[in-house]
Amino acid sequence: MEALIDPFIDNTFMLRALVAGVLVAVACAVIGTFVVLRGLAFIGDALAHGVLPGIAAAILLGLPGMLGAAVGAIVMIGGVTLVTNRSRLSSDTAIGLLFVAMLALGVVMVSASDAFQGDLMAILFGQILGTGTEQLIVMTIATVVVVVIAIVASRPFLLLSFDPEQADVAGFPSSRYHALMMLLVALTVVVAFQTVGTLLVFGMLLAPAATGALLANRLSSMMAIGIVVGSLSTYLGLLASYWYDVAASATIVLVAVGIFFIVLLLTNLRTPRLINGRTDPETGETKA
Amino acid sequence: MTAIEARGLAIGYGGEVVVPDIELSVPEGGSLALVGTNGSGKSTFIRSLVGLVPIVSGSLQVLGQAPGKAPARLAYLSQFHDSGYILPIRAIDVVRMARYATLGLVRRCSGEDSDLVDWAMETMGVTHLRGKPIRDLSGGQRQRVYLANALAHRADLIVLDEPTAGLDAAGRESYLEAFAAELRRGAVLVTATHDIGEAVEYHQVLLLAGRVVALGPGADVLTPDRLMETFGIVIADPHEEHVGRFTIAERAHGSPQTIDTRPPAE
Repeated sequence: MEALIDPFIDNTFMLRALVAGVLVAVACAVIGTFVVLRGLAFIGDALAHGVLPGIAAAILLGLPGMLGAAVGAIVMIGGVTLVTNRSRLSSDTAIGLLFVAMLALGVVMVSASDAFQGDLMAILFGQILGTGTEQLIVMTIATVVVVVIAIVASRPFLLLSFDPEQADVAGFPSSRYHALMMLLVALTVVVAFQTVGTLLVFGMLLAPAATGALLANRLSSMMAIGIVVGSLSTYLGLLASYWYDVAASATIVLVAVGIFFIVLLLTNLRTPRLINGRTDPETGETKA
Repeated sequence: MTAIEARGLAIGYGGEVVVPDIELSVPEGGSLALVGTNGSGKSTFIRSLVGLVPIVSGSLQVLGQAPGKAPARLAYLSQFHDSGYILPIRAIDVVRMARYATLGLVRRCSGEDSDLVDWAMETMGVTHLRGKPIRDLSGGQRQRVYLANALAHRADLIVLDEPTAGLDAAGRESYLEAFAAELRRGAVLVTATHDIGEAVEYHQVLLLAGRVVALGPGADVLTPDRLMETFGIVIADPHEEHVGRFTIAERAHGSPQTIDTRPPAE
């Protein structure tokens, strides 16, 4: 029992890491719910990786990494919107092009300089065990902002997930609320990359919310399940890294994705509807 | 007061005209049925009416304003394509969404709002499904829930795009009764339909085939010749005079204006 609690009591860095992880879990579950429901995973992925050149530039210039990440995210969203509006290409193609360009640019910048020796690993895989008080404050503010905006805009966000046209007709312009949603995704990515890293923030954005989608019948319970799964993954991941000396962030994401697949397996043992078809609520028959 | 007023109206997408020269006026309490093949301009007209598609030229006034300017007075049922539907919401949540246009971002649901939601679900016979996830419902049950959503708006203008799709006979009966009652309440009803028997009951029928084929009271407009012009093929029962009994076969390809000269199938 002590092995499960003591690491967090005896070590401030473990407690800070746990708080940071839970904050990331909350923000990721709330906004990740909409990412999963609206099929925005690709743009989320692109954002998570596309911020790399921004962070690299910030480190070269001696500015905070978070600022660089924010600029990278804005360039990414702006570029995708521009390519989608100015060509007949689908947003998938636009996202893919921007994604690969930003990632390549980031690698070129990193390779051209010696300034990144230790930093690159931290950018890609996070530094959750090195979370400082200042970072915790920024993360708390960002998480509160994400949650409050998601609550205030919950009606248009729900309509948008249901059918964007219904949002428009109800007087909530879908393009405006889509942009707001993307800003929240960007904010979450920018804030979360320091703890779980750019490569793994994406996993936290998807896995807990996707687990919620398997189990929930309501949007609010999907978010709640996401928060529980994300927080539990953080706790288990940190514990594993403490006792077995494995990379903390990667372990956290691995646990989150592992929970998703276990839940998927269990729900499919119980009822095959999620993959094969739907169950008739009156007869209980499953149709293909 | 006119609820819908179109003058020299051309509708379409991205500046390309789908239907030109629409002149029509629907008074308050009036009803309009849109009849035509797929691609004839029915959905374009409907989407222009609710403000989703900007008009190409001419003028269109809806509830005394430009389209889309009175969201709280409008209910719109679209043709739903919900394959891969994963949204975790219950039937009652879908019907509750009807109140969002009136409530706005933060105003709380009042007792009156939940009464409307309950009444709409009762009317469409889906009260027993209220707690069921929408993804577990059959196509017909879902369509009933969407129709309950349209009712729960308590709108001044109700716009329905093929509302009977997927409904069984009992569902169709509930639908016809419920929306006839909405008309009696004073709402304006605009419906795109393939059901000639339903269309003939409307105050006005607009026959569309990439142009306005005819506009007027159902009995005047829904004639075999006009339907032939609209659809290309009409299979008529020679012993049946009533226009409602015409069966329309849609041509899968080719221009809907081409008249098929083959003898009737029967």
